[in-house]
Amino acid sequence: MGEPMRIRAQMAGDKVEVRVLMSHEMETGQRKDGGGNIVPAWFIQNIAVMHGGQTVLSAQWGPAVAKNPFMHFRFAGGRVGEKVSVTWTDNRGDKRTDEVAITAG
Amino acid sequence: MNSVRREVLKAGGGVTVMALAVSAGLLRPEEALAQAAWNKAAFETRSFADTVKALGGAAAVENPGVRFASPTPEIAENGALVPVTVTSSIPKTESIAILVEKNPNTLAANFVVPNGTEPFISTRVKMGQTSDIYALVKADGRYYYAKKEIKVTIGGCGG
Repeated sequence: MGEPMRIRAQMAGDKVEVRVLMSHEMETGQRKDGGGNIVPAWFIQNIAVMHGGQTVLSAQWGPAVAKNPFMHFRFAGGRVGEKVSVTWTDNRGDKRTDEVAITAG
Repeated sequence: MNSVRREVLKAGGGVTVMALAVSAGLLRPEEALAQAAWNKAAFETRSFADTVKALGGAAAVENPGVRFASPTPEIAENGALVPVTVTSSIPKTESIAILVEKNPNTLAANFVVPNGTEPFISTRVKMGQTSDIYALVKADGRYYYAKKEIKVTIGGCGG
């Protein structure tokens, strides 16, 4: 189910600054291997970031998101010590969730 | 369980099949939701206008409230890793999509921004060649965009 994500959730003023680095091939389905065969598409399709039972960001991705995807955003209403979780699901049905506590800015 | 699930998804792919799979206990409801939510039609489009339609809009208008911000480059040396940051100052921004016009499929990503989350997103996309990129914002049910050309020195979709 993939390598752990690296997630940082840090207070920045009254907002929580979230940076996520995922480990995923994000294979486009356009590339050919050494034998000339198409390498099948393999990419994250759905992302959800949760805090306190609420979705603070969700996304749908195609294969044009870069390998080992990165995203950075900010949400309001979080406090130091509260948990932020990130879940991805890819086109093979694989899924991974990782969680961190919000740190002081 | 996963192999069963994949077979179900492969065989059907439709919402009805998903509903049957949920009722048969093959899928937990939240998993079915996550899978069904992926907008396949939108990710298969090949133009800006078609993507807007596939996302549910009639048309989009250019608006200075949608902006590309640093570190979005003018020139990307490596098309496999192009940083893109988008901000929106349009009230009631609901979602921010990133489109690359000359990629095989136009839509790269669509972020849903709920209330309380800043209308700002930074990520990295692949670009096969020099192209216009679009930031498409849905705000209060309407669509707005910004456009910017990024020159690509080495494409990110070849091999």
